[in-house]
Amino acid sequence: MLSIKNLHASIEGTPILKGINLEVKAGEVHAIMGPNGSGKSTLASVLAGREEYEVTQGEVTFKSKDLLDLSPEDRAREGVFLAFQYPVEIPGVSSTNFLRTAVNQVREYRGQDPLDAVKFLTLIKEKMKLVEIDQKLLSRSLNEGFSGGEKKRNEIFQMAMLEPTLSILDETDSGLDIDALRIVSNGVNQLKSDDKATIVVTHYQRLLDYIIPDFVHVLYNGKIVKSGTKELALELEEKGYDWIKEEADKATV
Amino acid sequence: MTTITKDNIIDSLLSSVQPNGNSEAVQIIRDNGFPTNKHEEYKFTNITKRIENKIQAFQQAKPFYLTEEDVTNAIIKNLDADVLVFNNGQFSSELSRIGEGYSVSTIGSGESPFTIKDLYGDSYLALNNASFENGIYIQIPKNKVLDKPVLILNLVKANEGQLITPKIWIDCAENTEAVFIDQAVSQDEETYFLNGSVEIRTAANSHIHYYRVQIQNSEALEVNNLLTDIHRDSTFTSFLLSLEGDMIRNNVTLNLLDTGCEGNMYGLYLLGGKTHVDNHTNVDHTKPHCESNELYKGVLTDKSRGVFNGKIFVREDAQKTNAFQQNNNILLSDEATINTKPQLEIWADDVKCSHGCTTGQLDEEALFYLQARGIDKDQGKALLLYAFAGDVIEHVKIEAFKEYCIDLVQKKLGTNF
Repeated sequence: MLSIKNLHASIEGTPILKGINLEVKAGEVHAIMGPNGSGKSTLASVLAGREEYEVTQGEVTFKSKDLLDLSPEDRAREGVFLAFQYPVEIPGVSSTNFLRTAVNQVREYRGQDPLDAVKFLTLIKEKMKLVEIDQKLLSRSLNEGFSGGEKKRNEIFQMAMLEPTLSILDETDSGLDIDALRIVSNGVNQLKSDDKATIVVTHYQRLLDYIIPDFVHVLYNGKIVKSGTKELALELEEKGYDWIKEEADKATV
Repeated sequence: MTTITKDNIIDSLLSSVQPNGNSEAVQIIRDNGFPTNKHEEYKFTNITKRIENKIQAFQQAKPFYLTEEDVTNAIIKNLDADVLVFNNGQFSSELSRIGEGYSVSTIGSGESPFTIKDLYGDSYLALNNASFENGIYIQIPKNKVLDKPVLILNLVKANEGQLITPKIWIDCAENTEAVFIDQAVSQDEETYFLNGSVEIRTAANSHIHYYRVQIQNSEALEVNNLLTDIHRDSTFTSFLLSLEGDMIRNNVTLNLLDTGCEGNMYGLYLLGGKTHVDNHTNVDHTKPHCESNELYKGVLTDKSRGVFNGKIFVREDAQKTNAFQQNNNILLSDEATINTKPQLEIWADDVKCSHGCTTGQLDEEALFYLQARGIDKDQGKALLLYAFAGDVIEHVKIEAFKEYCIDLVQKKLGTNF
């Protein structure tokens, strides 16, 4: 589904990603871990099409299309979803209005009829249950004044509404207490299916107790330096990142 | 027809418009001259120069052939309103649709039912006073609540002369309520200079709204003076929406002359191309326990220019005044400019006054967030800009007019920006 080959990216001339290779197949869950500043969020941003990052080398194909060639909105319409590390507060734009615009633009792109008000509300009600989100939040401005947990739940709720094929969760677990983490993970797990894939970017092994990954990759200094199964995450939890850094630094010397 | 040269614009203007006998107004013009960028109040808006450059053959506009149908076509869709028609700046009672419960009389050249003092001796206001023909005097009698808004529709055709001088007095007796919507509708794309004035006087406990929408042709030059004297326990609200034109200057003056008054001034300007819009506002708190609220917002792109100047005076007598002022702007291009200046002068010591102005860019992170959810970039921009600007329109109380404004604003934000 997603194939990343030798991806290099930089911001304002500073290289951040230095040759990422990754294959993600339908039905798989990949966790990307790594110390601060290793390029985890950059990878997520590059995949979603954030303009500040310049791809200097490499290619990314998604469902056999050149992903890097698409605008951010077309990536979303093709089925890439980025759950933001820091969801943006947008005063004056109501959550409902925003969602209806988004859902219908995505549907239009996919050749589906727009949802009328009744069907849209039914869909909202159905998906709200997934993340136990309060309807009152939806009548407010998008993310404005939401707590950290509410913002993250709202991300997963949007993900449920847009039905992406590839979901990228960028540190969605950061800052969540255990109840919120459980709710968010539960939502993600319910949305999993054989024709969808998930990339979980995280700092903490804890999330992977709830969202079980098929593969774990360690990103360090802009490269994937180690890949394994969920046991790798446990090992990282126990031993930290230093041994990986040492191994990687040795390899480059 | 006279050709204006840079050296003698006063003589040229005065002779071409044939002063109507108001010698006081002519004297103001002779004393003060027409403002250039050397005048503090017109520092950023050298409309005099623009008039010199853009209008060579200068003459007072004459009424042109207008039909009922032309009027009907110019009326805002779905707006159920009385209509007062001006034909190139002169009142046309035949084409007007005057409602019950108030009177409208034609005021000939040089007459004046009442005068609201203009602190600044604005020469364009004086020119309006010196040169109008067939202005109107609207009187709303005591206890009358107008059930429909009154649309003041100024139909303009510049090939019948380029100086358009509408003149309106509105006199509201005690316990009256009314909404006025003022709009010029251009019948061609020629350059003209509209030099209008509206003077509104309220007695006690009146509630008056005045709205203006400026979506004229992009060649329009305008100076508008709105002056109000507000008396005890009265509320006055103005709302100005500026979308199109070459150079526009709006002066709004609110004199709160007795206790318990409330004055609200709202404005929204969305400018592209080389459009230049200057909003000068002036609220004078003279007595205790009055309140004023002011909110102006702007979105500017291309090489457009916005100017905001908000004066608030709180006189020694005006204790317990609440005065708020806010001006927020978004610049979408490197070449767009905004000059904003709050100007508060406070002599009383027990007052609450606040003011703030901001100028920023579109929030790129918010835009990316919307795009990442599948929303088209242009539509995302429009959504964000509307979220920024839309709250100003919320202060409009006539539903059909509000919808009309929302529609105009959304269209503008969705295309040119």
